Amino acid sequence: MTVTDTENTGSTEPQLSPAGNPMGFGRMLRKEDVRFLRGHGHYVDDVQLPGMLYSAILRSPYAHARIVSIDTSAAEAHPKVRAVITGATLEGLNLAWMPTLSHDVQAVLATDKVRFQGQEVAFVVADDRYAARDALELIDVEYEPLPPVMDATKALDPDAAVIRTDIEGKSDNHIFDWEAGDAAACDEAFAGAEVVVEQDMLYPRVHPAPIETCGTVASMDPITGKLTVWSTNQAPHAHRTLYAIVAGIPEHKIQIISPDIGGGFGNKVGIYPGYVLAVVGSIVTGKPVKWVEDRSENLMATAFARDYHMKGRIAATKDGKILAVQVDVLADHGAFNGTAQPTKFPAGFFHIFTGSYDLQAAHCKVTGVYTNKAPGGVAYACSFRITEAVYLVERMVDVLAYELGVDAGELRMKNLLRPEQFPYTSKTGWEYDSGDYPRALRKAMEIAGYDELRKEQAEKRERGELMGIGISFFTEGVGAGPRKHMDILGLGMADGSELRVHPTGKAQLRVSCQTQGQGHETTFAQIVAHELGIPPEDVEVIHGDTDNTPFGLGTYGSRSTPVSGAAAAVVSRRVRDKARIVAAAALECSPDDLEWTQGRWSVKGDPEQGRTIQEIAMLSHGSLELPEGVEGHLDASVVYNPPNLTYPFGAYICVVDVDADTGKVHVRRFIAVDDCGNRINPMIVEGQIHGGLAEGVGMALMQAIAFDEDGNCLGGSFLDYLLPTALECPSWETGATVTPSPHHPLGAKGVGESATVGSPPAVVNAVIDALKPYGVRHADMPLTPCQVWLAMQGRPARTDLALT
Amino acid sequence: MQTPASFEYERATSVEQALALLEQHGPEACLVAGGHSLLPMMKLRLATPEVLIDINELPDLGYVRVEGSEIAIGALARHVDLLASPVLREHYRIFEEAEHVIADPIVRNRGTVGGSLCQADPSEDLSAVCAALGARLVIQSAAGRRTVEARGFHVGPYETLVGPAEMLVEVRLPIRPGAGSAYQKVERRAGDYAIAAAGAFVVLEGGMVADVGVGIAAVGAPQFTAPGAEDYLRGKEPSEPHLAEAARLAAEATAPAVDQRGTVEYKRHLAGELVRRALRSAAARAAGQEG
Amino acid sequence: MQVTVTVNGEEHTSEVEPRLLLVHYLRDHLGLTGTHWGCDTTNCGACTVWLDGVPVKSCTVLTAMASGHEVRTVESLEVDGVLDPVQQGFMQEHGLQCGFCTPGMMMTARRLLDDVPDPSEQQIREGISGNLCRCTGYENIVRAVRWAAEHPATEEAPA
Repeated sequence: MTVTDTENTGSTEPQLSPAGNPMGFGRMLRKEDVRFLRGHGHYVDDVQLPGMLYSAILRSPYAHARIVSIDTSAAEAHPKVRAVITGATLEGLNLAWMPTLSHDVQAVLATDKVRFQGQEVAFVVADDRYAARDALELIDVEYEPLPPVMDATKALDPDAAVIRTDIEGKSDNHIFDWEAGDAAACDEAFAGAEVVVEQDMLYPRVHPAPIETCGTVASMDPITGKLTVWSTNQAPHAHRTLYAIVAGIPEHKIQIISPDIGGGFGNKVGIYPGYVLAVVGSIVTGKPVKWVEDRSENLMATAFARDYHMKGRIAATKDGKILAVQVDVLADHGAFNGTAQPTKFPAGFFHIFTGSYDLQAAHCKVTGVYTNKAPGGVAYACSFRITEAVYLVERMVDVLAYELGVDAGELRMKNLLRPEQFPYTSKTGWEYDSGDYPRALRKAMEIAGYDELRKEQAEKRERGELMGIGISFFTEGVGAGPRKHMDILGLGMADGSELRVHPTGKAQLRVSCQTQGQGHETTFAQIVAHELGIPPEDVEVIHGDTDNTPFGLGTYGSRSTPVSGAAAAVVSRRVRDKARIVAAAALECSPDDLEWTQGRWSVKGDPEQGRTIQEIAMLSHGSLELPEGVEGHLDASVVYNPPNLTYPFGAYICVVDVDADTGKVHVRRFIAVDDCGNRINPMIVEGQIHGGLAEGVGMALMQAIAFDEDGNCLGGSFLDYLLPTALECPSWETGATVTPSPHHPLGAKGVGESATVGSPPAVVNAVIDALKPYGVRHADMPLTPCQVWLAMQGRPARTDLALT
Repeated sequence: MQTPASFEYERATSVEQALALLEQHGPEACLVAGGHSLLPMMKLRLATPEVLIDINELPDLGYVRVEGSEIAIGALARHVDLLASPVLREHYRIFEEAEHVIADPIVRNRGTVGGSLCQADPSEDLSAVCAALGARLVIQSAAGRRTVEARGFHVGPYETLVGPAEMLVEVRLPIRPGAGSAYQKVERRAGDYAIAAAGAFVVLEGGMVADVGVGIAAVGAPQFTAPGAEDYLRGKEPSEPHLAEAARLAAEATAPAVDQRGTVEYKRHLAGELVRRALRSAAARAAGQEG
Repeated sequence: MQVTVTVNGEEHTSEVEPRLLLVHYLRDHLGLTGTHWGCDTTNCGACTVWLDGVPVKSCTVLTAMASGHEVRTVESLEVDGVLDPVQQGFMQEHGLQCGFCTPGMMMTARRLLDDVPDPSEQQIREGISGNLCRCTGYENIVRAVRWAAEHPATEEAPA
């Protein structure tokens, strides 16, 4: 069900192209579907090269152990094995360690010891996938087990085993301390507050788990020295630079190709040891080498997300005016600090824990620690930890409502930022670009029939039935840079784009970002159509190949539309400006005499006199004498450096029923009103939101990766790490408001991660609301039947550890 | 992707041939039908049979039919066949309700009754159903057929009475005119193994419980049963207090193991609750009410 | 060992290892890469194909078991340039994003509609509950299947 604010859709009824597509914004069926529907997508495991070899990785069964010896002789003797590589081999090549995206190092293959279960220990290259797996069983590794550090809250205990003995002088598991906001102002606000409420909460470790696992095919041409890498990655250009740094291969000799990607969600941002090993394997064997992980490898060893232990405090007046929010975080970063985030932001954009409210003060402290778990930390559609931030503040608001005995909807409405406060600078220093928050919340409450729901709930409570209504209101911040504040390993977060209009008026747009299902081939063509009047079916979007696209930082943090989308708009405008000069030459008038209407430059006051963009394209390539300043052809390039993030927001309401005798939660309804500014393709935007809402149900109710005290990963397969099916998801009820971004050339904001950020607290708030008759104020995700039942008994479990 | 270790493949075209192949290859040979329990174990290399004997082609083992006063189910009947069987729907609703929540529809297209029972997973729903109904299982070897009680079939987790050169060929269920039956399961998510599950049948005479069977999965109930609860209920009115007491007795006899699905205490509580619900529903159906 | 498998109406005879999984046979030996895989445990359903007309998860079927049988994959849905209504429905209702689960999802949906031509939302959700999707939240997949139910292929169209 969809309800759209018709007065504010942000776009006018578009003209239609010859193929029936909108000449600009509007619902357009996806161009990429043509291949996907026929089974003709081309994903990394579909890549087949002549002579290609297959590989597999031997992984540690221990979370923490010293490697005593590795015997690879039996594996090397296997008739189909071409190479066996260990940490010792890599040490000889100075490749045993590689830099992470957070100024730490990570083992490519373990040399001294293993630091998490599933860590890479040896690499086998063989003639086929089955033989490569067989050979793993022939490698004999002797381990000396060490005590693992599995409980983050004990990682800094004086007697905790030191994990990073590879770092000289390291005597504890501490990584960093970081803070934001004004501690003194916050203390003052708390000291004077009538009501102060505290709540500990965990955002458990989760994994993005796209249905396609990570993989790569590396092909080093021994003659030319050119390395071609097909890999599942969301940021091909950043990868190219990193390969150059890690492997010492000249950057101009590296081509990174991201073929079709079977979902990313942040899992495919970083470079994993397997990718580097495939490159080494190709160099060693002289053949292309494919490495594709299995599902357990994906869940146990690639980028996890969250794992934030948060102690929140909220200060308010007795009548419910929120004054301040303060939070202490213990951040579990695993064995290597491999979070993928802008350099100056060790806790990502967690600052946005101030949420959508008008506060007097705010302050947070984050301490990062090493544990014997897989590295990662920023992944999974989290907008650089805004997921954790929104969860914290939206739970705290509900906890406050519980203590004050007031309606959580009313409490939010009372404290939301008001439209006239925008642009608004938060207490942690972020400038929210635009918003009308009360309108979005009112709209969600209208769609939900909020008052009726509360009435129904009251009646049910009388009968002993458990029904819950949960609200969350989120402010997102997406579209990193600007480059002066934000970089990945020194690479400024700005995106290039190139547009070529061919003589017949058909165009190719080259972008640096990389779709993983977001529909860039369609949306970006619509942007060009919108700006230039070239039908979207006549615009080919080229992406995912570093040899054929301009540099840029890639697709994550919902940055494609805010950054590359803006680049596409600006480059189209540059072409339009060029076309104006050409048209003026053809019409023998001054460019100033021309005006642009619907794909055509025409003489002001004499619209008959004009040239379409297609005509201008031919003229630009033809024999027309061109004036000074135009060299011919019709193309342009741009690097778009965003002036600020865009700040999409939304109001979500979840309705659940809880079976009091079994603890089972049924999500009955979910209402989502999103404001992401102008919507280029509303169908695609809505699809993005749907996907994120399912993530909220998944994280709130079933997804988590816990570890037992011996260091075993308890979420290492789809039997144990549960993802929602169609049966757990309700039919999403979506609505929209439109508050354009004032600084984005199209008035658009990113949206890909909004629902993943905003939906988990709505589901949790609903379940906790249902449990109110039992005096439950909080319980950590995932709210499995057992966890709900334990919460009703007054003793919810820690969900990062094995149940006992 | 995970891949199995090497093995030899044989395809049997008759039960006799399958048994002969088992005899010939010894204990390292393994029968495979749907393969949905065995092949994942082989991919993890936790199971490494040297010979796999494919019994999918055995003729005439996929039936569900009435034979006299019993229902006979061939070991190769797929889960989907049980779900769709009019015979089972008529006599034992418990099958439809259990099958509806076993794995997912695609797995149910392939997985077999025999494979499920012989895998002997402690969470296996059909084991609980067979235990509840007092099924008898027919095991064949070169020497002939023998019939064993479902409530004795399991000699331990993942272990059954089926010997190395034997094969489960049939499940036989007594038809109990007027019986009502039901199955209740709670899982963390559709398709997950049960946290706990319970099935029951009830036959009423004069408003009293004349016959009753309770089966319980996933919580360590001995032989997937709860005889104490059954004994308690026989001859009594299926009133709420009686059902509650039967449920309490059933829960008390379970021995759950803690895992991420739940704590011991929760699983025991849940088992009791589900036994109560299954009995309540079965009794209502036996009384001719929709339950 | 030698196997003979009929795939999308065409008979293929190949020499394979007994342990070769059907999904790898289709992808690596026959080049039918439309069938994907996403887990090792028969949970995700990305590898769903038809075996003798019934959807199965081809990561858990041996090629040897399929010998002498008929397999149908996503590549067979389009006939003579006409997309199956399920394919059309997925496009019309934006039932796919990354496209990775889509082939398996469509093979499941096609069979569901063959069995239940006018399924309710709940029947569709149950029918696809063995196929995981991470992008769509399932909403548009349900709509896509409904679209296909409401636009069945005309009888004149090739079967």
